[in-house]
Amino acid sequence: MRNTWAITKKELKVYFSTPTAYVVISLFLLITGFMFYVMVSNYSILSLRSGGNPYFSMKLNLNQYIYSPFFANAAIILLLLLPILTMRLFAEERRQNTDELLFTLPTTNTQIILGKYISSVLILTLMIVATAPFVFYPFFLTKPEIVPVLTGYLGLFLLGIAFLSFGIFSSSLTENQIVAAVFSFGILLLLWLIYWLTYVTSFLKGFLKYISFFNHFDNLSKGLLDTSDIVFYLSFAFVGLFLTYAVLEVRRWWR
Amino acid sequence: MIKTENLTKFYGNIRAVYRLNMEVPEGDILGFLGPNGAGKTTTMRMVTGYTTPSFGKTEIAGINVQKEPLKAKKLVGYLPEIPPLYPELKVSSYLEFVAEVKGIKGKERKKKVEEAISSTGLEKVAGRLIRNISKGYRQRVGIAQAIIGDPKVLILDEPTIGLDPKEIVEIRQLIKSLAGKRTVILSTHILQEVTSICGSIAIINEGSLIEFGEIREIEKKYGSASLEEIYISAISKEVKNEEHMGNN
Repeated sequence: MRNTWAITKKELKVYFSTPTAYVVISLFLLITGFMFYVMVSNYSILSLRSGGNPYFSMKLNLNQYIYSPFFANAAIILLLLLPILTMRLFAEERRQNTDELLFTLPTTNTQIILGKYISSVLILTLMIVATAPFVFYPFFLTKPEIVPVLTGYLGLFLLGIAFLSFGIFSSSLTENQIVAAVFSFGILLLLWLIYWLTYVTSFLKGFLKYISFFNHFDNLSKGLLDTSDIVFYLSFAFVGLFLTYAVLEVRRWWR
Repeated sequence: MIKTENLTKFYGNIRAVYRLNMEVPEGDILGFLGPNGAGKTTTMRMVTGYTTPSFGKTEIAGINVQKEPLKAKKLVGYLPEIPPLYPELKVSSYLEFVAEVKGIKGKERKKKVEEAISSTGLEKVAGRLIRNISKGYRQRVGIAQAIIGDPKVLILDEPTIGLDPKEIVEIRQLIKSLAGKRTVILSTHILQEVTSICGSIAIINEGSLIEFGEIREIEKKYGSASLEEIYISAISKEVKNEEHMGNN
């Protein structure tokens, strides 16, 4: 445990002594803040216009018009940015030959992987929590439902840890950071969209829907808390870390 | 203290190290010689547990490195050929990190880091980012990292490569001062270094051990030739090709 924490601390130091963490966090806030602003403004224009139409104004709903699409869009931004966060975790160790230190120190591969993973999860948490000031701002003005907002946040977090775990796996495969980032971005995007196949074929329909990131996130962003979605993300994260472990174990024979 | 038994490493069909048997007694400094590509680095990587041998084993103080890596790694300080440094970290926080993973706690850690800094002469650069210090200093940070926590065994892969003459002398003196309690394997191409520091030598070529023993005895065997002459004649010997690997 102490070793894991030592590695986490080291990774955080490296994250914040290079521009990586700052750029990723601030871009995330900039883009999500921008989206939120546009959505809220659009919503207020809509509600102004619908003032004369009681039927339409009854249908207007803050959660449905702002929060649900906001979380869905924020998820896409995570998909774009998180591979940048994980790309150096193992690739850079190999390129700089520091893996020779890491793997000869008295620590286990599990501790190394967890240490690195936790550091990226902490940054993800920081990114998500930092959106709270503007996301909760409408609560001072009106009364949206809070549950969908909370499940939306939970969804972002779970989705994020799944992305990060795959990103680490991708980083363990290569010593080229760009390759690691592009590979994890590409595969995650594919998994996000894989449910499209169900439009054209019924073959493996249930399975395709199950492995698609989008379907699981859709529920959470709408306020539906289903254990199967949570289990999906957690098991995806576990598989990513396990594959990383397998890569490190095999590599010991080949270097 | 350090023992290898039939240590062998294949990369596909390439034989990097073949049936290496060595035993380095406690307190000895072993000069590890051989041409580039002879298998020195691979051997050291197997001794430190970075690489797993194809077969054979390595032992440190009686602990099998492949079977109980954690226990064995605690006893070893390792300086790879390319010093493993994080350019984004400060010298002191880098050493702090290494000390923490080596299991040195609390106040003791700070003390050990300071000790390592002062014995490698890093006081001037301790607060600077590793990316901003000179090659000589980086090499020293690499050594400081290896000696933190007073490991019983030091494995140093070409510690003086690429340094200027003054730095070479300083590092050599440092290694000499570290000797005594510690068992050291030192790989190098500089033969004076070996004669001035080491008690025994191992010469390897094409993955096989050619000469191994105390320097004096090997010199006797070669009729009091200089180390240079011994080295040249040792590596120009035909490497015996024993192709009955299954007999082991």
